[in-house]
Order: sequence, then C-alpha cells, then structure tokens
Amino acid sequence: MARMTYADAVRHALAEEMRRDKRVWALGEDLSTAHGNSSANQYTGLIDEFGSKRIVNTPISESTIMGAAVGAAVAGTRPVADLRMIDFGLCAIDELVNQAAKIRYMFGGQARVPLVVREAIGLKAGMAAQHTQSYEAWFAHVPGLVVVTPATPADGRGLLKASIRCDDPVVFMEHKDLWGLEGDIDLDDEGLVPIGKAKTLRAGIDLTIVAWSRMTHVSMLAADELAKQNVSTEVIDLRTIYPWDQQAVLASVEKTGRLLVVQESVLAGGFANEIAAEIAQQLHWKLHAPVARLGAPRIPVGYAPALEAEHRVEAAKIVQEGLRLVKASKT
Amino acid sequence: MPNPDTERILALYRTMHLIRTFEERVGVEMQKGNIYGSAHQSTGQEAVATGVVSQLRKTDYLFSNHRGHGHALAKGANPFAMWKELFGRAGGTCGGKGGSMHIADFSVGMLGANGIVADGATMAVGAAQAIRLLGEDRIVVAFIGDGTINRGPFSEALNWAKVYELPVLFVIEDNVYASTTLTKTVMAGQGVVARATAFGVPAINVDGNDVIAVSDVAATVVADVRASKGPRLLHATTYRVRGHLALDKMFYRDKKEIDDFMVHHEPIGKCRRWLTDHGTSASACDTIANEISATIERAVAEALAAPQPDARLAYTDVQDRGAPVWHG
Ligand SMILES: Cc1ncc(C[n+]2csc(CCOP(=O)(O)OP(=O)(O)O)c2C)c(N)n1
Ligand SMILES: [Mg+2]
Repeated sequence: MARMTYADAVRHALAEEMRRDKRVWALGEDLSTAHGNSSANQYTGLIDEFGSKRIVNTPISESTIMGAAVGAAVAGTRPVADLRMIDFGLCAIDELVNQAAKIRYMFGGQARVPLVVREAIGLKAGMAAQHTQSYEAWFAHVPGLVVVTPATPADGRGLLKASIRCDDPVVFMEHKDLWGLEGDIDLDDEGLVPIGKAKTLRAGIDLTIVAWSRMTHVSMLAADELAKQNVSTEVIDLRTIYPWDQQAVLASVEKTGRLLVVQESVLAGGFANEIAAEIAQQLHWKLHAPVARLGAPRIPVGYAPALEAEHRVEAAKIVQEGLRLVKASKT
Repeated sequence: MPNPDTERILALYRTMHLIRTFEERVGVEMQKGNIYGSAHQSTGQEAVATGVVSQLRKTDYLFSNHRGHGHALAKGANPFAMWKELFGRAGGTCGGKGGSMHIADFSVGMLGANGIVADGATMAVGAAQAIRLLGEDRIVVAFIGDGTINRGPFSEALNWAKVYELPVLFVIEDNVYASTTLTKTVMAGQGVVARATAFGVPAINVDGNDVIAVSDVAATVVADVRASKGPRLLHATTYRVRGHLALDKMFYRDKKEIDDFMVHHEPIGKCRRWLTDHGTSASACDTIANEISATIERAVAEALAAPQPDARLAYTDVQDRGAPVWHG
C-alpha cells in the first residue's frame, strides 16, 4: 500500500500505461516544464522517463491540442490530451464534439478515436467565474463520448487506466480541489476501475444519495449526520457520468424508496436531472417520496467568499433535504 | 539643467512606481493569506503598461489579460477599489465578484482583465467595429502575452483588424515566459513582428524596459491608429520577475536570470537614472516613491477593514430574463 495524493495517483497511472503501451503519449501546455509546480505536478518527472516524443509540451493552442489528439488517435496512437481545466477546454469543444465524438459513426466504423482528454472541473477557493466551471453534463449529452469523474486517488488511477485502454474518446474530469486529497493505493494490484460502474460508499435503508466527484465526499459527511438523526443513508459514487450505472442506482432506490441526487454544478440542465428523471420514470410507483435534487443556483461563481459560498452545496443542505424526504414520505 | 521632458518622465516614473508598489504588495498579502484567490504580478514589466497607456485617452478602450493590475492602474483605475477587489470586499472594482483576474473599471476605459488568454484580442476587434459603427473618436488597445500569440484567435484578430483597417493597437507584452514554458521553445518563425507583417499589419519592436522608448514609440503608433490608418502591433520585450502566479516555486528557471535583469534592465531604476541625469534630485524621486508607498499602505488598510459583499449580490447582474432568485 502506498499513500498518494489524487494528482500523484493519476500521474502514476499515466506512467504505468505509458510503460505498458508504447502508443500512449501525452500533450498539453507546460507538461515538461512544470517540475514541482504546485498545481501542475501531474506530470512531474514524466519527461525524464519518456522523453519529448511522448510528453509533448505544446504552445498555448487549445484547438490544436484537441484536434491533434483526434488526428493522432485516428492515426494509430492513444493520446492523452491535457486541457488543464474545462474552462480552457471550452476553447476546444469543436474538435471534441464535431470530430472526436463523430468520426467513428460518420465514417461507417472505419476508424476509432481512442483518446483521453483531461479537463478538470470544480470549485476551488477564490478561482472566480472562469476557472471553476463544471460541464460534465454537456459532454454526457454528446453521443460518442464517455465521461468519467473520479472522486478518490484510487479511482483517479483506476479510471485513467481504463480510459486510456478504452477505444472510445473519454472526457476525464478530475476535480481541481481533489488533487491534494490523499488515499491508499495498492501498487501491486493493477487497480483498474471499470468504466460505467458506480461504487456504493456506504450502505443504508432509508435514503439513497447519488453523487460524483467532490460531492461524494460532502455527501458522506451528510450521511454521518443523517445517521445521528436515525436516517440510514446509502451513498453511491457514480464515478462514470456516461454511461452511468443505472442498475446500481435502481437497485438501491428499490430498497430505500427515496432518492436524492447531489451535484456541484448548476442544477438547471445538469446531469442530476437525467438520473432523477430516469429513476422517477422507472420506479414511480415504488417511491416513498418524490425524487429530489440538489445543485448550484444558476449563477456564475463569484470571487469573494460570501459570493462563492452561494454556489456551494454544503453538507448541511444535504442533511436538510434528506430529512425532508424522510418526513415527506407516504409510509 | 531642466529638461523640457522632465515633467512627462516624472509622470511615467510615478505610474511605474505605483504599479511596482502595488504588485510587490500583492506578493506580501498573498503570503499573508489575505488574497482569497490567485494573482499574477507584473513586477519588472511596468514600463510597458505605463509607456503605452501614457499615449491613450481616458475614452480609449483597453482590453487586458490575466496579468492586468498594471494595465488597470496605468489606465486610471482606483487602487483603493482594486485592493478591495483583490481581498473580495464590498466596494471593489467589480463589487468583489471578479477578483484579481477580472479587474475592470469601465469608467476609465479599462474593459477587463481576463481569465482566458487571447480573448482580449478578438474582443478588441469587435470594440473597434463598434467605434466605427458609432462614429466615435476612440481607439482600442489589447495587451497580449508572448505565449498567447500561439492561440488561433490571435491570428484571426490580426487578419480581421487588417481586412477592415480597424483602430486597434495590439501590444505584445513579451516577458519571455508563458507559465512555466520558455515561449521561444514553442514558437516557430521570426517572432510576432514577422507574423503581424505577414498579415500586412505594421509592427515594431521596442525595448519594453525603457519607459521613455515605449512612450515615444507608442506616441507614433497610437497617432497612426487614431488617424484611421488601420491596426498596428507593438512588440515590447521585458521580463517577468515574479512567478507566473504570486505563489510559484519557479523550479523551471535559474535565479541568476532574475538577478541579471534587476541589475541591467530593471525599468524603474533606468528611468530614475534618466531623471537624475537630467536635473531631478534623488530626493524628489524618493518623495514620489514615498507618497506612493503611503497611498498603497492606506489602500490596503482600508480594503482589509471593508466588509464582505452581501451574499445577495451573488444573484444580481446575471441576466434580466430568467434572473435567478435569492432564497436566503
Ligand atoms: C485559453 C487559455 N489557455 C490556457 C490558459 C492558462 N494560462 C493562463 S496564463 C498562461 C500563460 C500565458 O502566457 P503569456 O501569454 O506569455 O502571458 P504572461 O503570463 O507571461 O503574462 C496560461 C497558459 C488560459 N488562461 N487560457
Ligand atoms: Mg509571457
């Protein structure tokens, strides 16, 4: 067992995959120069081991980073493109949505696009409106794309490895505020985490909370508090946004009869809606209470702490909503 | 012997000092944990903002980038309000909504720092179209980093500005680095002047550590742009003394580089030598520095004492139709 941060675990996974498969390479801004730089240690040392053909420091050219990854994937390699955060990834949506996601289908299956694009999401203190966005739901909307959102170091490692081995284009969304989170990693184990498989973090019988990325941690805190108030909560970390693990959520809600979906991003148009609608549609007659959702109000992220706080879904809010669901129940 | 230029150079000296003192204090307040988010300092680059903006009018438009404190101060933004913005307090330039990376003061034509590089270049083109449409007497200046010229939208903006002969001055503030990357390692060709020239945009190099040179060259190019001769590009070479962000361990460069710059190229010392060589006393220069230190001291103290913005403000200025509602 090794103790590792989320950023270290993901870097470790990239190195493992690069050792395993010579076709795997990475491209992005500052990849070979950011030795030890605080926010960028996801690549520390990789240039030394793999050289500049496989760790490619790019100009500030987001469209071409993404476009080049698509071209390189079509041409027989397995690129990992790093756009740093989705806010910069917005400069390269076209290449991802119009090209990466469509090429296999449009061309009648003649080509595959086995690329991974890293675009971190999430609130980080004081990063304001253009460095905090979470658009996992946008990509879930695009046929052809896989979307993963790991919440722990082990899942970061296991899901990156699975994403690199996946023949579909995968949008790999780390959470900026989790990069420093520590966890145990069994380096003797391959540690692969299957795409599309949720993880039950805590078993319960009264209420199911479904969350992903940073909100799984906040939901676990809320579940502790709910337990003190005699509500037994099951917490499911979705881990993959698309394809999401319907079976796991259905099985849990069939047992508890109550579902609360918690997301960090703006609720309107968010992925929580998809889960809520699907479960409501399939389990309507078995539910003890209407399906509930929590997410951010439809406002940009403000800079000052008092403004930023309005965007955060805190554990207290989840507890309140969980209690409301239990009290509002028909049985 | 008094030089007729002394008043003008003293004003440049004062502005550079204001920027330097502001930026160095940013580092101090960052270390203390008083700045909530991150901040990019422009220490060492003061001559570029100061020299260029010295040729602008308050009514001219300025689009900045992520390293925008100097641009804002030179354009006349209020340092008291800027400190409140950095600390995320009520009364900040943006009411605490933006922070360092989104400092803006539309009342002085400072149309915003920016978290996304190169977007200022394309917006400058649009602002110039608007000026033409409205028949106004203004020009637009966009400050762009050396690393940013490799983004496609920058080339698109150059081409477009030339096609329509728009009143835009592109200023490339070349501080050698882009984050942790030496820009020259990821840039093909003969540099940004050659690129602009290829688009037919007249472009010129200037020593961005010599505020008098920047101001003089800016006088010419700004006059050309104002006279509707079309876009111009100014490539000012300088150096980033501090980290990319205020908290940056800087493993990617040799400290000797910084020392060398401070000894041989640092712009404020250079300007001060000009002043003292041309009849200004050392104590007159010191007085300016002291006045500015006192101003920044007061601005920081006042900002630290200011309250947080009301949480309800988070829900204002989002949109008119479908405006969000505060539930408390
Ligand atoms: C579109 C986009 N890509 C990447 C970034 C991240 N980023 C912020 S500043 C910067 C480097 C910019 O370098 P340069 O243009 O030379 O300006 P400097 O920081 O040196 O002032 C990068 C890559 C960004 N803000 N926007
Ligand atoms: Mg630069």
